Amino acid sequence: MNGFVWRQPSVLPGFGLTMGFTLLYLSLLVLIPLAGMILFTAKLDWAQFWAAVTHPQVMASYRLSFGASFIAAGINAVFGVLVAWVLVRYAFPGKRIVDALVDLPFALPTAVAGIALTAIYSTTGWMGQHLEIFGIKVAYTPIGVTVAMTYIGLPFVVRTVQPVLEDLDRELEEAAACLGATRWQIIRRVILPSLLPALLTGLALAFARALGEYGSVVFIAGNMPYYTEITPLLIITKLEQYDYTGATAIGTVMLVAAFVLLLIINGLQWWASRRH
Amino acid sequence: MSIEINGVTKRFGAFLAVDDVSLDIPEGKLTALLGPSGSGKTTLLRIIAGLEQPDSGTIRLGGQDTADVHVSHRGVGFVFQHYALFKHMTVFDNVAFGLTVKPRRERPPKGEIRDRVLELLRLVQLEGMAGRYPSQLSGGQRQRVALARALAVQPKVLLLDEPFGALDAKVRAELRRWLRRLHDELHVTSVFVTHDQEEALEVADQVVVMNKGRIEQAASPQQVWDKPANPFVYNFLGSVNLFRGRVHGGQAMVENVRLCLPEMKSDAESRPVVAFVRPYDLDVSRKPFAPDDIAAQVRFIHSAGALIRIDLQRSDTGDAVEAQLDRDRFRELALSVGDTVYLHPRNMQVFVEDYQI
Repeated sequence: MNGFVWRQPSVLPGFGLTMGFTLLYLSLLVLIPLAGMILFTAKLDWAQFWAAVTHPQVMASYRLSFGASFIAAGINAVFGVLVAWVLVRYAFPGKRIVDALVDLPFALPTAVAGIALTAIYSTTGWMGQHLEIFGIKVAYTPIGVTVAMTYIGLPFVVRTVQPVLEDLDRELEEAAACLGATRWQIIRRVILPSLLPALLTGLALAFARALGEYGSVVFIAGNMPYYTEITPLLIITKLEQYDYTGATAIGTVMLVAAFVLLLIINGLQWWASRRH
Repeated sequence: MSIEINGVTKRFGAFLAVDDVSLDIPEGKLTALLGPSGSGKTTLLRIIAGLEQPDSGTIRLGGQDTADVHVSHRGVGFVFQHYALFKHMTVFDNVAFGLTVKPRRERPPKGEIRDRVLELLRLVQLEGMAGRYPSQLSGGQRQRVALARALAVQPKVLLLDEPFGALDAKVRAELRRWLRRLHDELHVTSVFVTHDQEEALEVADQVVVMNKGRIEQAASPQQVWDKPANPFVYNFLGSVNLFRGRVHGGQAMVENVRLCLPEMKSDAESRPVVAFVRPYDLDVSRKPFAPDDIAAQVRFIHSAGALIRIDLQRSDTGDAVEAQLDRDRFRELALSVGDTVYLHPRNMQVFVEDYQI
């Protein structure tokens, strides 16, 4: 047995340099700040930590943050595929403009988006006043939080699914049609399974983005404790009260939860792409 | 089920892919659409399947017009050059696909589907592969899965688009013989597209030679080979040497070889003709037998293979000529590069403008 070989002879030199830089980069930007946070949290003993992270107000914020993020990512999964489908499969005037619109949530400062969404969905806004008639309130409710999270997560699913859809062999659909499959059967049994790995990636990215979102959500949420307070906001609140360890404790919980969820989604992705 | 193609035309923008093609494909036979790339053979196949709509003309399957019949209801099996297998499904699920998408009323029960799929996998010699994914199979195995998948729905017509095009030479040769045997067992009307003349001549009952969207000749392999309808067909079927001459009063003079062409007797005018000679129809000798033999110089000898191929250059015109000799004759002549030899055509195919003699 040769054991593990660190590097293969290659015509492309620079393994040492690029690997070293990658590790340095990831350490400075990701690993060291996160490790610092955990170390800071370690100042608390276990009982204090547990009390800080399971306070009812904090628990309510977890429910809202994770629940709304998950719903928003789910909405984006459905409509993101639809948008990608339209952009890939059809030619229509203004297609490039629609394509560019998808990226707007990436580019626009989130606070601007938050203010705009609040203005539209408040009870006196363009959309809000019509929804009011049906008794639906969007701004300053969990629905508003979900709307903001959906908005910022939209590009992720579209941009991960779009290239896969572009590469999807048209012959697969033709083969299925020859075998007697209906349009719906082709979508359900041939196209969607092929898109699944990319869709899960997009879903994971949209979910992670929604979970960490602060700027656009705080405006539309109204930030009422136990009702529309998201976890990132709670961390800010604690910091403003000079409760640094309390803030990092919640931050640590968020970190672990996000890590576990991403791991699960990665596992699903592996399971889905293993067969290709 | 027979296929009648009547006046079918198809354009892609300015490109005329299929130009007013009419053709009868007899029931239960294996027909080859043969032609160079861009000759419209694949487009014609896709029109038969219903994957493309013709601009004009009709396709009748078993006497029934198919204009309003969607591809999913035509009952055709289609095999793609690059297999088009569903990558996320096992071999079993791929083959079963056509059965499982049937409406609930027509769908056979699970056990029956299972039996049918396993029987098809036996037929294509892939028993024991049912649980594999397409990525775990070789090219030849994938194409056989694609064939089994197409056969699962018991198509009335089987259409194959360059089915062996993506495979290496040895697998190709094996698979096409196997396809022929399979066809003899199943007797389903089959059409396959190929640009390989050897494949078409070896496997098909009927060969349809296409060029520039039109049919040049449709006949049995023997007929296409022995009596090519025009210079294009002759040229396309294998390497040839081209000689020029004139015909006058029923006699042709090609390279000082006098040929009797009684069909042309009435023609008083002198017309230019072209004569084609297959490389194996050229006699090669060290000494001229007749004064009209063509002197040429040996340029290159390809000595690998059953026949020895010799590239020659004519001493008079400088044109390139190719000859083929069997190994015994080659040894007897003991040729080497630079030698001067004399060529005598044994068998010529003469074409006068549009006439065939």
